[in-house]
Amino acid sequence: MTGHEETHRTVDAVWKLESARVIAGLTRMVRDVGTAEELAQDALLDALETWPVSGTPHNPGAWLMTVAKRRAVDHIRRERRRAAAHEQVARDLDRPAAEVPNDDVLRLLFLCAHPLLPAPERTALTLRLVGGLSARETARAFLTTESTITRRVAAAKRTLAEAHVGFEELAPEAIPERVASVLDVIYLVFNEGYSATAGEELLRPELCQEALRLGRLLAEVAPPNAEVYGLVALMELHAARAATRIGPNGEPVQLHLQNRGRWDRLLIDRGFAAMLRAREIGGPPGPYLLQAAIAVCHAQARRAEDTDWERIASLYAALATLSPTPVVRLNQAVAVGMAHGAKAGLDLVDTLASDHALRDYHLLPSVRGDLLERLGRHAEGARVPPRGRPREQRRGE
Amino acid sequence: MRYLMTTTASSAAADENLHVEMGKFVEELTASGVLLATGGLEPDGTRVTSSGDEITVTDGPFAESKDAIAGFALVEVRSKEEAIEVTRRFRRIVGDGASTIRQVFGPQ
Repeated sequence: MTGHEETHRTVDAVWKLESARVIAGLTRMVRDVGTAEELAQDALLDALETWPVSGTPHNPGAWLMTVAKRRAVDHIRRERRRAAAHEQVARDLDRPAAEVPNDDVLRLLFLCAHPLLPAPERTALTLRLVGGLSARETARAFLTTESTITRRVAAAKRTLAEAHVGFEELAPEAIPERVASVLDVIYLVFNEGYSATAGEELLRPELCQEALRLGRLLAEVAPPNAEVYGLVALMELHAARAATRIGPNGEPVQLHLQNRGRWDRLLIDRGFAAMLRAREIGGPPGPYLLQAAIAVCHAQARRAEDTDWERIASLYAALATLSPTPVVRLNQAVAVGMAHGAKAGLDLVDTLASDHALRDYHLLPSVRGDLLERLGRHAEGARVPPRGRPREQRRGE
Repeated sequence: MRYLMTTTASSAAADENLHVEMGKFVEELTASGVLLATGGLEPDGTRVTSSGDEITVTDGPFAESKDAIAGFALVEVRSKEEAIEVTRRFRRIVGDGASTIRQVFGPQ
């Protein structure tokens, strides 16, 4: 590797670790996330030119921030926008360059997950500005083209700029709602990696990891919120099982057949710790906390047959009142079937089958078939095509 | 990807400033999702060796104190360069000494 390549890799690593804070700090100054990113990118180019000659600076994050801020000041002077902006700049320059308050990163997360933006744009913008991923990396993770990602990011920035979405302090009463929107974006990224909806692979670990990082970050910067810790716990506990969900030939392995000895204890412990934090914060449990509580039940069972299905069934009942999606209601039926017998599960499935929204849900016949088989009604169960069997994450989770 | 960073004992005495700097560093790494676990290790330790059916238990120390591993950090990063960058920052705080990073394979 040449010295130049080496610097390039170092700069890239520094960028990934620092870009969220640099962009957040700049957005505070220039009030536009698109301009902030351009200025930060300019600083990155400066680094690529300077560091091979001068060596990596003592504090690379502060270096990037200082250079970027200087450019931001130039930019603002050129724009000569408002006197108020000048005062803001003067105040900001008094602050040490690297010290960007965590609130700024939180507000950057809020901005990226703004309700004005469609979901694909929210995820693209979040991964770009907060995760520090390039368009190429994001495209690879989502199995799409670089130009699609670039287009989404550009459209998102344009929408925010045109709507003059500010970087102001949020009213405290608006925070929970905005946090919920950020949580949804993070879980979307995680799920895309965990139960990949496209492509050959069942799992795209880089997306799971990126979502985990964002969740852990949010937990540290957001005001105490049980749902945030619930989502973090949920993701840690799911990630703990990732390696056992796929068999040697790439086939999905159902939860009750997984080798629990290979579950990642470290991530399970981290998931439990996040749950404790959520419990300390208290309040009525939201959907992420309930799903995490279900994941806790599975993680606590040393063997599949030790699973506390009664508790899981009651957690699903609570979840079904909060978010009665087809997946949740069907999983509830599976859990009821395990907790109170196949007949009880089947009764619940049959009430779902009469529900218009669920009638054509593709997983319903396979769950029904499993329950019929357990009841010894093989003739009815046998009509279920085997490829319609539910995958691991659809069963009792 | 995960890396285990191990660090040999530092010659410099830990002062108030080091504690503050280290606290900030750990906080920042935790917030960014990089730091999974960290801990200090007792200096001497106990060694268990096997040879055929023989198991021998020996109390340490086994190395010069400057060579003994004094602490570890398990980090989750996106590249080896990120692991190096995190270690570089750590070394800036703790002063003279050495850290080793090794990639951790499996369970993921």
